[in-house]
Amino acid sequence: MSASALHTTPRGFSLAQYTICLKGIVWREGLRFLHQRERFVAALVRPLVWLFIFAAGFRQVLGVSIIPPYDTYVLYEVYIAPGLMAMIQMFNGMLSSLSMVYDREMGNMRILLVSPFPRWYLLCAKLIAGTAISLLQVYAFLLIAWFWEIEPPLIGYLTVLPALVLAGLMLGALGMLISSGIKQMENFASVMNFVIFPMFFASSALYPLWRVREASPLLYYVCQLNPFTHAVELIRFALYGQLNWVSLAVVCGCTAAFMVGAIFAYDPSRGFAARRGGAGADA
Amino acid sequence: MKTVDPAALSVEGLSHAYGPRQALKDVTFAIEPARFTVLLGLNGAGKSTLFSLVTRLYGTQRGSIRIFGRDVSVSPGEALCMLGIVFQPRTLDLDLSVRQNLTYHAALHGIGAADANRRADRVLARMGLSERADDKARSLSGGQMRRVEIARALLHEPRLMLLDEPTVGLDIKSRADIIEHVRALVAEERVCVLWATHLIDEVAESDDVIVLHRGRLLAHGAVPAIVAQAGAADIRAAFTALIRDAGTEEAGEVA
Repeated sequence: MSASALHTTPRGFSLAQYTICLKGIVWREGLRFLHQRERFVAALVRPLVWLFIFAAGFRQVLGVSIIPPYDTYVLYEVYIAPGLMAMIQMFNGMLSSLSMVYDREMGNMRILLVSPFPRWYLLCAKLIAGTAISLLQVYAFLLIAWFWEIEPPLIGYLTVLPALVLAGLMLGALGMLISSGIKQMENFASVMNFVIFPMFFASSALYPLWRVREASPLLYYVCQLNPFTHAVELIRFALYGQLNWVSLAVVCGCTAAFMVGAIFAYDPSRGFAARRGGAGADA
Repeated sequence: MKTVDPAALSVEGLSHAYGPRQALKDVTFAIEPARFTVLLGLNGAGKSTLFSLVTRLYGTQRGSIRIFGRDVSVSPGEALCMLGIVFQPRTLDLDLSVRQNLTYHAALHGIGAADANRRADRVLARMGLSERADDKARSLSGGQMRRVEIARALLHEPRLMLLDEPTVGLDIKSRADIIEHVRALVAEERVCVLWATHLIDEVAESDDVIVLHRGRLLAHGAVPAIVAQAGAADIRAAFTALIRDAGTEEAGEVA
C-alpha cells in the first residue's frame, strides 16, 4: 500500500454537499436564535434605547448640517440610525463569537471542528450564518424606526442589503478573530469594553466626522482609520441609494484580513489550539 | 484496486507538549479493525490529548496518526469521514431536539435532510431512544444524553469510534447499558471502538488494552497477554503493577 495509491481515490465532497453543510449551520444558528428570544429582544432594545432616549436628548444639542448622502437637513435620529444598524451588527458579531468561546468551553464547538469539511469552509459558513441573523435584527429595527420618522426612500431598504451583508461579514469576522484568542468567557467582557465601545464612539456613528475634526484633529484621524466608521458610512450611503467607494474598499479589505486571521487562528497546527495549555508550545 | 487492509488507527512516534509539560511521549500503537480496544489510564495519562490529536482539534507536533491508512495531517477530511467521536464533555445542543441535534451533525457530514432523518431513525432505534426523538436534549437524563451522542457519532457510519470516558458521572445501570450497546456495535456491525477510561471494571476478558501512563505507553495487547506479561492474577493487578513499575523507573531516572 503506497501513499499515492491512497490518494488516487480521494473522498471529496460535491458542491451539493457543501451546500447541505452551509444550510445545516445557518439553520442551527437560526434555531438557536429563535430559542433565545431574550437575545432578540436585547438586540432590539439596545439600539432603540439609543434612538428613543439618547437621540431625543441630543437632538437639540447637536445640529447636523447638510452632508452627503443627505440632501436636506435631517433630524439627529435620522443621522444616527445607520450607526445603530451597524451597532446591532457589531453586537451580533461579538455575541456569536462569544457563543463560540462558550461552545468551545462546553464542547459544542468540537462537533463543528471535527466535521470533515475544510475548516476555512466551516468558519465561513458560521460567519454567513451569523450575518444572516444580524440582517433579521437590522430589518426589525428599521421597521420600528420607520414609526419614529426614520423613513429612508423605499428603494433604500433594498440597496442597503448588500452593504449590511458586507458590514455583517466584517464585524462577524472581527468577532471570530477575537474569539480565537480568548480562552475563557470571563476574558470576553474586557474585550467588549476594549473593542466595542472604543470602536463605536470613535466612529461616525454618533456624530459627523467634520464635527469631530473641529474638536480634535487627532481623533478625526483615528475615526477615519476605524473600520467601523466605514461600515457605518457604507450603510448610510446605501440606505439612500448611494455608494461610498472608499468605505466599500475598506470594508471589503478588512473583511478579508479579519477572515484570513481567524482561519489562521483556528488552524489546529498554528492558532489557539497549538497554544492551548501553556505558552511556548506554538512551535 | 485491492490493498492490504490497514490498521483502523495507527499512531507512530506521537509526542505532544503543552509548553514545557510533556503530555504524550513517543507513543506508538496500531489497533485492528472490528475490535473493542480499551485505552486505560489514570486522569492525566494523556488520553484526552491523544483524542484531540486524532480528531485534529490540535495539530500534530511530532509523529503521525493514520485512520485506515489516511494521515490526519495530510488528508484530514478523508480521515475524519471514517471517524465517529464521543467527547468527554457533553456536546449536545440542549435547546434543540434530539432529532435536530442529529440532523445538524448529518449536515456537517454533507448528508441531506431526508437521508439524515432516515439515518436518525435507525441509530436512535439502535440505541433504544426512538420515542425521545422529538424531545429537547435538555429533558434527557445523563445516560440518555450519552446514548444520543453515540447515536450521533454513528450517523455517518464511521468505521472507527472514539469514546472518551463515556460513562463518567453515570449510574451503574446507565453505564452497563452504554457498554452493552457499544459492544453490540463491535459484534454486529464490525465497528472498531477505542474506549478511553480509568475504570478498570469496564475491561472485558476478550478486549485489547492499551495502558497509558503520564504520556507513555506502558503496555498494549489482549487482556490475557498483558496479565501474563505483568505476572499478575487479573487485569486490575496487572494495571496496578505496571503503574507502580513505571513510577519506580521514573524515580530512578530522576535520581
